[in-house]
Amino acid sequence: MYLASVERPVAPKATKAATIAANVLALGTVSLVTDVSSEMVTAILPLYLVAGLGLGPAVYGLVDGLYTGATALLRLVGGYVADRVRRRKLVAGLGYGISAVAKAGLLLAGGSLTGIGAAIVADRAGKGLRTAPRDALITLSTPADGLGRAFGVHRAMDSAGAFAGPLVAIGVLAASAQAFDAVFVTSGCIATIGVLVLILFVRDRPASCRTDKPVDVRRAAALLRRGPIRMLLAGAVLLGLSTIGDGFVYLLLQRREELATGWFPLLAVGTSLAYLVFAVPLGALADRLGRTRVFLAGYAALLAVYLILATSWSGPGALVTALLLYGVFYAATDGVLMAVAGPLLPPELRTTGLALIQTGQALAYLLSSVLFGLAWQWWGAPGAIRAAAATAALTLAGSATMLLRTRPAS
Amino acid sequence: MSLRARVLLAAGLSLALIAAAVVYILVAGHRAATPAVASAAVDASPGERLLFRSTAPGSYGRVATVSRGGGAGPRTVSALSCDRVYAAGGAAICLRPDGPLATYQLAVLDTHLGVKDTYPLVGVPNRARVSPSGHVLAWTVFVTGDSYNGGKFSTRVGMLNTATGTTVDTLETFAATLDGKPYRSVDLNFWGVTFVDDQHFYATMSTAGRRYLIYGDVAARTVRTLAGNVECPSLSPSQRKIVFKEAVGGDPARGWRLTVLDLATMTRTHLAETRSVDDQAAWFDDNTVMYAVRQAPKKSDVWFVPADGSGRPSILIPDAESPAALWN
Repeated sequence: MYLASVERPVAPKATKAATIAANVLALGTVSLVTDVSSEMVTAILPLYLVAGLGLGPAVYGLVDGLYTGATALLRLVGGYVADRVRRRKLVAGLGYGISAVAKAGLLLAGGSLTGIGAAIVADRAGKGLRTAPRDALITLSTPADGLGRAFGVHRAMDSAGAFAGPLVAIGVLAASAQAFDAVFVTSGCIATIGVLVLILFVRDRPASCRTDKPVDVRRAAALLRRGPIRMLLAGAVLLGLSTIGDGFVYLLLQRREELATGWFPLLAVGTSLAYLVFAVPLGALADRLGRTRVFLAGYAALLAVYLILATSWSGPGALVTALLLYGVFYAATDGVLMAVAGPLLPPELRTTGLALIQTGQALAYLLSSVLFGLAWQWWGAPGAIRAAAATAALTLAGSATMLLRTRPAS
Repeated sequence: MSLRARVLLAAGLSLALIAAAVVYILVAGHRAATPAVASAAVDASPGERLLFRSTAPGSYGRVATVSRGGGAGPRTVSALSCDRVYAAGGAAICLRPDGPLATYQLAVLDTHLGVKDTYPLVGVPNRARVSPSGHVLAWTVFVTGDSYNGGKFSTRVGMLNTATGTTVDTLETFAATLDGKPYRSVDLNFWGVTFVDDQHFYATMSTAGRRYLIYGDVAARTVRTLAGNVECPSLSPSQRKIVFKEAVGGDPARGWRLTVLDLATMTRTHLAETRSVDDQAAWFDDNTVMYAVRQAPKKSDVWFVPADGSGRPSILIPDAESPAALWN
């Protein structure tokens, strides 16, 4: 037997802390490219509907959060199917593919609102479908002690794409004399490149599943009977209840600082920038200090944002601090939660488990953002933000007691 | 496949896709427009003319006029391009793109459509009106920045008094009264202003999924609701009636019926136009309203129909939108 035919060791011990698995980099590249594609459409969609098609305020609410529930369910189903057929790459690829085809759908829909709506739903469905299998692939390609950093690298690449997307869209519009169809075509081409990279460079890990027992609904449901998983899910949902959503945070900042509306998009840009910068360092820190701690610290940063919004501290300093903390919140929670969850879940049910936790958080957020909207209506902005800060403090304390106590022995 | 082969394949296909996109962008940038119509001096002062935005090939987007009786007849086309235009009292407002990027500006025009002043707009222009005196301009934009807000659209109304130089940045800061009670909410949206005089106006306010006709006072900074399910009101020259679009069954997704509201009796009359009209209509005279009906993304016609529910709609100006009767 020649050396070349001997199976390579999965991860050489000496370098595992320093290097990021090629698979994670490949998945990061796919996310980066795909986010460029989808964010360039998101950035110009309102403009297209109103200026390009001349639609009136009827479109208001067309792309509303209505679909959140539907995609949440699809996410769970996608996660389960990926585990069931043991082909995470296939399901993720399907998700990326659907989103790429949706760009062509936008082009073909022309002025039809129904067509545009269908294309947007397809795009979101694709996103819902791919997230859990992708995160499962990251956890399966990375040794357990480097997960935080691996997710940090992936999320940094992901947000770099989201950052570049609107800029590419503006460039295409400028170069094509405001031809919106050119943006859709370019977005479709870029999305296809993302699918290509996935097909050619991302590896599933059938080896890790070969010896596993078959996956069925009963075994998937049994995940909830495992103490640590139930605790993590409860903690994540509880913390999810303290998020009010970007829209409200930016709106509050804008009102306090009396920013001209033109600056509004820059608030999101500032947050993404902080997220981009802190994703890797905080992921690495999570590996060293304990992921649960960093995850909880992320929600402490969110609490700090609410406290800033609830006080009278204003001016550029307050604005920058708030955006910085908000970006830190994302960097310390989004990928880190997946890194916490990964090792708790058996490999053969990992996609289902990750989808379950993501869906739990998404539904909790949906509920809390609706409640925050109502609180704003009842008590006005200051009352609502105080309520949010109190909720964040309570849920943080509650989940800290829960999660820190049940932290696995490692 | 070896890594090298995969890299080559990925690079080759990616380059081909990028090249395809670039070719499409360049072709789209040079899609030849039909030869442009020569521009002429357009008179926007009060008189027996209709001012509108042309959607005809060769003069797409440019401001033009026709005589009162000759909508389909010869038109005078200016060199000025606008996305939305309106004129009254010897002043005109033009909402137009500002440079090659997707930003917009408001241009204040004189009676010869000369640009007197410009202001940057935040958002995509949607509606425009001028008060009867010609002093106050109002506009509605879609605030695209709010697309970060979970993909929601938001509309914003601004006003500029060219006589005093005062501006209203948004109606959201006005004190609102809903069904007689003080009301506040984060989801307030305003659009479609029509002026009574330089201080008072009607418009649409939406909140919690419902749309209302509001009466506003600029000096007092107040708005109060008068009726439900009214969008894009337009006040008649006699100031007794409002034409508006009424969402069918209260649901804008089902389209709009052009309707007239008598302000004294608050009775509603559905007009003979049965197609869904998504426009802020204007008054031809006190008995007739005119509005744009879109046939395709870049082609619409201005139609007119009696304001009492009788008769049938017919085309007033082909290949046109954004009409304003300069004699009103």
